[in-house]
Amino acid sequence: MFLSLSLICLTVSLLLSQVNRMTATPIAEAKAMKLQNAIREVVPAFDNDPVAEAYRMADGSGDSLLVYPAKQGGELVGFALNSYSNNGFSGNIQIMVGFDMEHRIVNYSVLQHAETPGLGSKMTEWFRDLTKPEQSVIGRDLSKGALTVTKDGGDVDAITASTITSRAFLEAVNKAYAVYSGSMENTWSGATTATENETEETTKEGGPSNE
Amino acid sequence: MNKSLKILLNGIIKENPIFVLLLGMCPTLATTSSAINGMSMGLATMFVLICSNAVISLLKNVIPDMVRIPAFIVVIATFVTIIEMMMNAYVPALADSLGIFIPLIVVNCIVLGRAESFASKNGVLSSIFDGVGIGLGFTLALSLLGASRELLGTGKIFSLKIYPEQYGSLIFVLAPGAFIVLGYLIALFNRLQQKKA
Amino acid sequence: MEQKLIVSPSPHVHSGDTIPKNMYAVLIALIPAFLVALYTFRLDALLITALSVLFCVGFEYLIVRFVMKKEPSILDGSAIITGVLLAFNVPSGLPIWILALGALFAIGVVKLTFGGLGNNIFNPAIAGRIFLLISFPAQMTNWPSTAMAVETTDAVSSATVLGLLKQAPEALPNLQQMFLGLEPGSLGEMSAAALLLGLVYLLCKRVITWHIPVSILVTVALFTGILFLIDPLPQYNPLIHLFSGGLMLGAIFMATDYVTSPLTKKGMIIFGAGIGFVTVAIRLWGAYPEGISFAILLMNAFTPLINTYTTPKRFGEAVKHG
Repeated sequence: MFLSLSLICLTVSLLLSQVNRMTATPIAEAKAMKLQNAIREVVPAFDNDPVAEAYRMADGSGDSLLVYPAKQGGELVGFALNSYSNNGFSGNIQIMVGFDMEHRIVNYSVLQHAETPGLGSKMTEWFRDLTKPEQSVIGRDLSKGALTVTKDGGDVDAITASTITSRAFLEAVNKAYAVYSGSMENTWSGATTATENETEETTKEGGPSNE
Repeated sequence: MNKSLKILLNGIIKENPIFVLLLGMCPTLATTSSAINGMSMGLATMFVLICSNAVISLLKNVIPDMVRIPAFIVVIATFVTIIEMMMNAYVPALADSLGIFIPLIVVNCIVLGRAESFASKNGVLSSIFDGVGIGLGFTLALSLLGASRELLGTGKIFSLKIYPEQYGSLIFVLAPGAFIVLGYLIALFNRLQQKKA
Repeated sequence: MEQKLIVSPSPHVHSGDTIPKNMYAVLIALIPAFLVALYTFRLDALLITALSVLFCVGFEYLIVRFVMKKEPSILDGSAIITGVLLAFNVPSGLPIWILALGALFAIGVVKLTFGGLGNNIFNPAIAGRIFLLISFPAQMTNWPSTAMAVETTDAVSSATVLGLLKQAPEALPNLQQMFLGLEPGSLGEMSAAALLLGLVYLLCKRVITWHIPVSILVTVALFTGILFLIDPLPQYNPLIHLFSGGLMLGAIFMATDYVTSPLTKKGMIIFGAGIGFVTVAIRLWGAYPEGISFAILLMNAFTPLINTYTTPKRFGEAVKHG
């Protein structure tokens, strides 16, 4: 009885270890691709590996975000930032938002949220509908001031019947921008006083993260 | 051959796991928010069913009666782990959308039920046919449920647009819609069965 | 399949009540609220109510006639009430096709699938409203400003009182406005005063007893009152909770539906307290601003259980132990 059960277990363990060896690399690749694609979606075209060069950076109010620098031919072309807000209608919202070098939003994607389906969940598309400039945040220059919804005196139209979600979303974007401008200052001070190579070291100061 | 065909049809119609036996309700309700999700879940379960039925039928004389359930579970869990790894490696998007329900095939009562009530008492070939039949019945039911919910909720079937999305009733894509549509499909299935009898 | 016997606890004394008589009394009780709606939303109110009744009666007739193949008995008035209540539970600017879907769901799925009047587990109008709220949340929460408020706001759409509670409690309107019905909301939930008038009529005519509405309102007042005493924030103010949203409409007209509420007085109070409790919980901590319809639906599901535990013992019946 024990013998046969042990034999069965032994056989399947061998089988599983074999399958695991076969699929380990593709699984890791698929995971990396997913993050890579999320970054690719929100920043200008790049040819480096932003995931490998990612670092954490403080936003000036005791919090920090993951920053993925995008480079084309060794030259910085933009940053993707993994930002969040805890003030959504149903809690936490995670977004990936990308900026170019002129403080403008290139694109964003919502990574995770629990907002009401059909209302707050519309944020995945609402703020990047290029046919409706009054609600889209794409191309907006944040150096002119933080984004707020029209109800709060800003110029971004909130999602119909989902002001709370809209506020939380913009909060995450503004948080990302705070970190972005910090990154930009680092980069510029590095670029003006030192060579390209040293700039890279500055960027890596926060220590690479494998997340 | 005739017998095999009978076993096959038995799984699809007479003992359809969803519409007649009402087994495996958890993945049925949770993963059928779209036709493609429903079908993938069905196919993944079918793969596990066929493999576990075949192996258990082969081993039925080796496995002592007292430890047969643990032995069945080990065999089923193996195949579930294999398909989970495969999906993560080669269709990560699909694996993401089915999420926890792929590993949960282990505890799907259909799989263990067929192992206990069919594969452990029948030959290899019959067991494989039973796995195919029940698996097809499950897949068809899940695809039908997924397609109905997707159509009513978003106006699409397999992402093909049938009518404009804003006329879809969101509730059908959400949890309550699963119960409502499943109820009506079972009623319809019973009606058709009655007419035939 | 035919149910020939209706089992309910004795004594069975016929009071001269008939289904149509009670149904039409409910309709009369709804008139004040309808007049307020007519005053605030003008022709929209008339249009939505008339069409909703037409859809409900029409779907009932067609389904009973051609799907169930029975003789339709639409004149009992129950489909008319479902139609009016459904209309009272939606915003006045709702697109007509959405209203039609709501009526189809209320009548076709919730009422007739279970066998028609008397067999439905859930209140059709409430279930229809929830179906619409979950399916078309944007359209169902697009409240047109009331006629009175047009001059001061931008008139396109505005938040309800309960919406404000969750978003900006500092911008709450005063209680008098809410009581009279000058704040945005669904058609029939405008004025607590008009709905209370309806309650008085129903009680006088003995169509319903006080147990369900009063226990709901008392529970809501107590629950929020305790929270208000602990921490006097505007979102805990019991008066705001009593006079806002669909609480009055739900407590007076929908929770009291004979078919889906308990039979005994004790059961009714348990039922009402449950509704009040769930309503406040959803309003304060839930994902939706209003919770009365979810609360009624939830307690509808508990009705058979409540009936089982509150049915009076027959005389001489031994108390079972163990």
